Amino acid sequence: MKRRQPQRVAPTGGQGATRRQRPGIGQGLRNYGRIHAQVLVSSLGRLYRAPFSSLMTIAVIAIALSLPSGLLALLDNLQRLNEGWDSGTSISLFLKEAATDAQADRLADELRGWPRIHSATVLHRDQALAEFRELSGFGEALEALDENPLPSVLVIQPAAPTAPDQAIESLVDDLNRLPLVEMAQLDLQWVKRLGALMEIGRRGILVVGALLALAVLLIVGNTIRLDIQNRREEIEVTKLIGGTDAFIRRPFLYTGLWYGLLGAALAWALVAGGFYLLDAPARQLAGLYNSGFLLAAPSLQATGLLLLAGIALGLAGSWLAVGRHLSDIEPS
Amino acid sequence: MIRFDNVSKRYPGGFEALSGLNFHLPRGQMAFLTGHSGAGKSTLLKLVALIERADKGQIFIDDQNLARVRKRGIPHLRRRIGMIFQNHRLLFDRTVFDNVALPLVISGYSTDELGRRVRAALDKVGLLSKERAYPVTLSGGEQQRVGIARAVVNKPALLLADEPTGNLDPDLSQEIMQLFSQFNQVGVTVLIASHDLDLISHMHYPILRLKQGRLIETGGIPAT
Repeated sequence: MKRRQPQRVAPTGGQGATRRQRPGIGQGLRNYGRIHAQVLVSSLGRLYRAPFSSLMTIAVIAIALSLPSGLLALLDNLQRLNEGWDSGTSISLFLKEAATDAQADRLADELRGWPRIHSATVLHRDQALAEFRELSGFGEALEALDENPLPSVLVIQPAAPTAPDQAIESLVDDLNRLPLVEMAQLDLQWVKRLGALMEIGRRGILVVGALLALAVLLIVGNTIRLDIQNRREEIEVTKLIGGTDAFIRRPFLYTGLWYGLLGAALAWALVAGGFYLLDAPARQLAGLYNSGFLLAAPSLQATGLLLLAGIALGLAGSWLAVGRHLSDIEPS
Repeated sequence: MIRFDNVSKRYPGGFEALSGLNFHLPRGQMAFLTGHSGAGKSTLLKLVALIERADKGQIFIDDQNLARVRKRGIPHLRRRIGMIFQNHRLLFDRTVFDNVALPLVISGYSTDELGRRVRAALDKVGLLSKERAYPVTLSGGEQQRVGIARAVVNKPALLLADEPTGNLDPDLSQEIMQLFSQFNQVGVTVLIASHDLDLISHMHYPILRLKQGRLIETGGIPAT
């Protein structure tokens, strides 16, 4: 497609003696960057000059963004808590009380030979007692007992932690039939269930998040649409004196970008504030469970993602408005 | 500079605003365009600036056929034309300086060059002292001069003015016309639509006269 370049008019007389030369590519790029930087700053200035309405829009965006990002951060914390427990499914093998340490060791050696078993760790009765005393807080009650009430325990890791549940269940059945075994218990199944629940939660948050993202898109789009209507005269005049569509579009796109970025930054502040408020109760709760768990504020990565999402939504929203409404305005 | 070749323009609804226009305004010429309201003066100017498109015939600016200018090319065409409006069309939320600077901002001038040119243009219309003022604080004549400064700041080879003195008293009108005359003396082609016959008949420039969309007098301007 051949597009006719507009010819440069060489004005007659003294008028155009100092007419600017056509810039080279480097100069052109510098100009391009400079123009964009100018619009970036001036569109921020425009928001600053109407602080109340700008803040309203930014606050709405922030609230819409903070809800999913705050919930996701909470969920991440839960998952982190979960991961501490979830090193794959394991089976606790409680031996009969009569079983001696030597018998326990021998059984462990035997089980390690089973192809379906990855590892077997022996927890002798004394060790079990020591651990119980340390962790449960019932140490003094144990002192009152004449003898150790705890059996030896073998902790079994199945060979393939991701094996289907049936395979693991049949392994548990086989283990239950061993003569020395009092009871074989599949541990931490509930962790998996919690994991599955959390996956549902995550999906739910993503759905809510997608809806709220759409809301942000519409909020920015509508704000920019109003902005375009308010600046109708300016747009017409700019078109009349030779402003290209790109030139006219640019300030609106950057305004959308600022809305998104500032909204996301405020959303981050809201989430961080919420986590600050939750921190003390979470510590207290963790203390009750004897856990060193600390509530972690959103990571740098999550923060970056939130800001990027804000920018993208702001830009997309303004792009929609600009695409729909700017071409309607033609000078007459 | 401007050549009309059998140009007609019909608005939606069937009103024929211009029919069969032929004329050629040579480079460096200044001319007036007159006629009663509704005679087609504004339409003619709009066709030159591609605010409207002709239905029939061809218009050439500097040998460029306007029918061949695509939508994307329109801004670049308009940058070569300085336009002045009866109601000035200034932006009231910006200073005089920023109003005049707008065409240069659009063309991407650097800040230094921009300041120099804006002040030169304001100096030419005698408003250098008002660069920080807002248009609303200026008189009608001053506002129109800001509009003229904005039109010439890009040093266009062609100036179009649509009733530039429509809202001004005779003395101020005279002043504004003198200003156009000065631009013409340095080589700018000027076409001014005005119905103020008293004023323009004293200025000894060719007068194109429109009546009901037809050119009934070219005042010495060659018909093509």
